[in-house]
Amino acid sequence: MPSTFEYSFDTPSYKGKVALNTGLFIGGKFVDPVEGGTHDVINPTTGKLTTKISVATKPDIDTAVKAAQKAFNESWGLKVPGAQRGKLLMKLADLLEEHRSELAAIEALDNGKTWSWAYNVDVPGAFSCIRYYAGWADKNSGQVIETAETKFAYTRHEPIGVVGQIIPWNFPLLMLAWKLGPALATGNAIVLKPSEFTPLSALRVAELLNEAGFPPGVVNIVNGYGHTAGAAIAEHMDIDKVAFTGSTIVGRKIMEYAAKSNLKNVTLELGGKSPNIILDDADLDQAVAWAAHGVFWNHGQTCCAGTRIFVHEKIYDEFLERFTKKAQALKLGDPFAKETNQGPQVSKTQFDRIMGYIESGKQDGATVHLGGSPHGSEGYFISPTIFTNTKPNMKIVREEIFGPVGVVIKFSTEEEVIEQANDTHYGLAAAVFSKHIDRALKIAHKLNAGTCWVNCANTLDTQIPFGGYKQSGIGRELGEYALTNYTNVKAVHINLGMEI
Amino acid sequence: MSKIVAIPIPGGNKTVPVNTGLFINNEFVPSVDGQENITVVNPATEEILCEVSGASAKDIDIAVAAARKAFNTTWGKNVTGFERSKLLNKLADLMERDQQELAELESLDNGKPVRIARDFDIGDTIQCLRYYAGWADKIVGQTIEVDNKTKLAFTRHDPIGVCGQIIPWNYPIGMWGWKVGPALATGCTIVMKPSELTPLTALKLSELVKEAGFPPGVLNTVPSLGGVGGAALAAHPGVDKVAFTGSTITGRKIMEAAAKSNLKKVSLELGGKSPHIVFESADLEQAANWAALGILYNTGQDCTAGSRLFVQDSIYDKFMALLIEKTNQLTISHGFDENAQGGPVVSKTQYDRVWSFIESGKAEGAKVAVGGEKRTTKGFWVDPTIFVDVKPTMKIVREEIFGPVLSVAKFSTEEEAIEWANDTSYGLGAGLHSNDANQCMRVSSALEAGTVWINQYNLLNNNVPFGGKKQSGIGRELGSYALEEYTSVKAVHWNFGEKLSWPF
Repeated sequence: MPSTFEYSFDTPSYKGKVALNTGLFIGGKFVDPVEGGTHDVINPTTGKLTTKISVATKPDIDTAVKAAQKAFNESWGLKVPGAQRGKLLMKLADLLEEHRSELAAIEALDNGKTWSWAYNVDVPGAFSCIRYYAGWADKNSGQVIETAETKFAYTRHEPIGVVGQIIPWNFPLLMLAWKLGPALATGNAIVLKPSEFTPLSALRVAELLNEAGFPPGVVNIVNGYGHTAGAAIAEHMDIDKVAFTGSTIVGRKIMEYAAKSNLKNVTLELGGKSPNIILDDADLDQAVAWAAHGVFWNHGQTCCAGTRIFVHEKIYDEFLERFTKKAQALKLGDPFAKETNQGPQVSKTQFDRIMGYIESGKQDGATVHLGGSPHGSEGYFISPTIFTNTKPNMKIVREEIFGPVGVVIKFSTEEEVIEQANDTHYGLAAAVFSKHIDRALKIAHKLNAGTCWVNCANTLDTQIPFGGYKQSGIGRELGEYALTNYTNVKAVHINLGMEI
Repeated sequence: MSKIVAIPIPGGNKTVPVNTGLFINNEFVPSVDGQENITVVNPATEEILCEVSGASAKDIDIAVAAARKAFNTTWGKNVTGFERSKLLNKLADLMERDQQELAELESLDNGKPVRIARDFDIGDTIQCLRYYAGWADKIVGQTIEVDNKTKLAFTRHDPIGVCGQIIPWNYPIGMWGWKVGPALATGCTIVMKPSELTPLTALKLSELVKEAGFPPGVLNTVPSLGGVGGAALAAHPGVDKVAFTGSTITGRKIMEAAAKSNLKKVSLELGGKSPHIVFESADLEQAANWAALGILYNTGQDCTAGSRLFVQDSIYDKFMALLIEKTNQLTISHGFDENAQGGPVVSKTQYDRVWSFIESGKAEGAKVAVGGEKRTTKGFWVDPTIFVDVKPTMKIVREEIFGPVLSVAKFSTEEEAIEWANDTSYGLGAGLHSNDANQCMRVSSALEAGTVWINQYNLLNNNVPFGGKKQSGIGRELGSYALEEYTSVKAVHWNFGEKLSWPF
């Protein structure tokens, strides 16, 4: 029998008890893994063990897929009308909202983000997303298409079947919602692997899925490692589609496994090295504030972070001074303390990786304008870091760091900055700041990115699609666009009189 | 101020309180110029239930002003789709909470069985509001490629504005939901005139609108006589759109008033004389069930009632025997009788009207196969009546009766059936029963109706559009199509680079 993790929160932000089952959630029940593995979940604020959770390997994925198939064939898919699927999703959203404080606490404990950010952004973002897709459940219409009088043709928008979903650790609950929403609205059954670094909120949601009334097997949540459980999902012959959010390196593997197994449909949300272009006629204070949000929010652990900040030479010094002040004002500390703005990075691995990039920046001769070192003696804290005087071929300029590290680059002409901004394999997001909208739009339309922000950064809405150009991804999440990821289009041609 | 009456519910010691004032700006108020009250009658007993305030043209002015203020300040583009969605869902939840009580009021006012009001009328309306709640944050325009250099062209789907909505008495709550859902989802504000015959549930629902948290003025309820309130809304310069469900005769007046005043947008759901065709390959037992439902549901008081039945000659006798048997199995009784499948017709006027058609049928030589005799008890009862051996020129065949009165004709060929079915100025519904797939396709394509049922009748779904061809109406309700009725499209051409040389 899997064990229950019990925890008592007694913090300035949240007081309360939490109990989570640490097993694999398959067929509506929590079970032990066949090969009996566990993983240590570490609290990034302290570096100490939070709890152990079960981890799945291939035999467990097989069991989960069978449970999903059974549910899809008997109690889900098109057997359940859209309005009913919508109703269950609304119930889930209501439950997430009801447990908002608790879920924020679990998220802060597991990921290290502040309770305040989790409460104000992550959790409401999650239940709003579920509510939005609940509304789509009975609206995924096909078309009737006129060809000739002798043919009646229409399309059906059918669910794909059993889908595999692999989510990252930077916004665990929010990424869970982005995946569950459209997949369930369209009638698919799911085998979902959270990140082993941040499994806790998904385990809590598993219980809420039962409480909301989803039939057993519709959603299966199986924690595990990428190279075992994740790979098993990507290469499973009975999973018809895989959706992955994470690094570009792993995204390539997912696509490779999909190609080599059953050519399953693949959507990917990968990394970025997004440019943020500040023109000389920008509202400087606003640009500084948005730029800081763009790079330091979530401790820099955001795929669309604006990590390459291009500033026009006319305002470069002024910008840098104000931007540095903003970064210096960030308070690092306990995620549950009310005055904390920034918590730790999510894990030792990430900490080492980011520090590695910082060292490489120093070695390559860039100037450490601010920070550049760890913070504190406990946990995985890194000070907000700003590099200047970089060259375009430096690792810190080309590669995704995924930490609170920004690079500020001076430019003179629009042509130059557009070229530099697009000089990357990535294409997730971009931002342009200018008081002249037509100037900003001209530039935004030339940037090769799936999201272009004008006079803002790092702000998303459930109704607006999000996804990457180039090696930042395939497909779009959010908005109506996400429905296509989970829909199989069947064209029906009815012959009304053609004789052969 | 305005009066709260306690409506007694039969079968217990329960009463339901109803505020009988006009609902404007989230408050119940009396008429400003003391209009004559509207008397509300129980059609099963002919007893007076209560009186409610009747709105005058001046009251309509006040309601429209309230709706306009809300549209400009707290609703319209001042509220996000998200928020509108939340409020509509809350309203649906409250209707679900009060489902039984609303059903009892509906039954007392309209006559339909409580069970059917609760499980179907109100059950469907709750789903309808939830369906439109889901659309509220999904109203999108388009961006349109013109050229990549200088122009960004896009459309915005704006709410139309203040909408006058005039609803009928046959499905008071159902029709309320069909109107309120899409209008509020898109951000419009409403001045709603329920039928003077059945105002009680609209007044009760107004309390729920306030409880749900809609800002004052977003939805206003003004029961009044059609010639007063309906005419005032249709002609009002401050109303941007009028939506009317009712008779074709009144629909014409609405459109005329709209044209003569401010050319406001008009959508109409009018009458029908819907054909119901049974082909020889049909499952006769099932076809008989659907045909009976088609004319007897809601005591025939349905705009899509399948009131002209065409039966293929080869199966005529067999089918008619089945139909007559099924018709006789129906129990017509007062709404609180658990066994009732239908109630009285809604009013004395309707009672007189339907009976006058029945008399005309007899007078013009149609044969009565079932019914045709009045009851002697109190109440506006019309029992199921079937006329056979009808001729296309008879009044009972050409005009909408709006009661449980069916005309049956025999046909030989498919072409004949289609021709007769389409021989009407109406075009709301149509039904056909056949096991020949090609025939189903051919006939459904040929029938001139906004809704065609194949091997079914009467059953609608919130996400499938509904409306009339020809003189049965303009525009569509339900589905995503209803959103267009409450949306005004603005195209924006944003030049960010083209300089105009002069002279050009």
